[in-house]
Amino acid sequence: MAERHPLFKPLVFVGGLLFGFGLGFSHMARPEVVVNFLLFEDLGLPFVMFGAAIVSGIAFALLPRIRDAAPLTGDPYERRLKPFDRNVLVGGAVFGVGWGLSGICPGAAYASLGVGNVTILWALGGMFLGAYAQGYWRSRSRAPEAAAAGAD
Amino acid sequence: MATSLVLLQAVAELFPNGISRYAVGGLLVGLGTVVIYVGTGIPAGASTFLESTLSYVSDQSRFQRYVGSRDWRVVFTAGIVLGGLAFAATVQSGVVTTSLYEPGTTGTLYEVAGVTLWSTDVQPWRLFLGGILVGIGTRIGKGCTSGHGVCGVGSASKTSLVGVATFLTVAIGTAQVVAALGVSP
Repeated sequence: MAERHPLFKPLVFVGGLLFGFGLGFSHMARPEVVVNFLLFEDLGLPFVMFGAAIVSGIAFALLPRIRDAAPLTGDPYERRLKPFDRNVLVGGAVFGVGWGLSGICPGAAYASLGVGNVTILWALGGMFLGAYAQGYWRSRSRAPEAAAAGAD
Repeated sequence: MATSLVLLQAVAELFPNGISRYAVGGLLVGLGTVVIYVGTGIPAGASTFLESTLSYVSDQSRFQRYVGSRDWRVVFTAGIVLGGLAFAATVQSGVVTTSLYEPGTTGTLYEVAGVTLWSTDVQPWRLFLGGILVGIGTRIGKGCTSGHGVCGVGSASKTSLVGVATFLTVAIGTAQVVAALGVSP
């Protein structure tokens, strides 16, 4: 890897802080609140994900018109679209069962640990186990993909 | 007059905790994403951290492809955890108060060194089993609530819109079945 700009990691850290604070403030870091939404008992939760999508969507749309490249990486501001295939449906469905059962998704689980929810380590342990299982299986079942993964 | 009262009541029932804490939280989540994107051009998602971090301890090719991003992803996740802690130490502890925040009644609050912390009442087996499926599903499905839900929807990616519609629909069905089976919390 080329040397990163010295401000690269500090900036990512600040972004993470805002991200985690927001997940705490919104209560999306609380599994109960997610489950209550999925049971239609409190419909506020979509304001978190779609609110965040609107804010980032504005930046995604505007930045390419203002600058050509990001100052800390020199990378162009471009849409990085993930290709659609059956995996999006299969994986999305498996994620849906897990999210519906536990009420927690990855980012919210990290933030949940921060708000003091030690019990969420069960979910984090499960997530690593699940990620390992699919990676182990996929590393074996097909030749390593030469193409480097996108940054996201 | 009477109809508007009924309408107000219906809205209050659908949003028992209002919408401001959700909207403000979402704004901050979006702002965090934007800060990283402005500086680096990277639309950051949270679930890749699971695989990129496994590359430190496993030689599997599936994880090794993330070696280039694994360091900053650890930093991103550390920021998220500490952001949650910062929220706990300020708003959750009542040091900072705002009418935009609705504390709610879920879970259990406890105190450590003057900081009000929070813990879930959802049973560990649900968290563990659900976590395993989240770990498998987000990585096979190419993203989670942040990668697909925030960055993908924000860039109007059709793949992400389909991904979100899929996991949202299945999650609603799952939660309804689990509740119908009498599992609570």
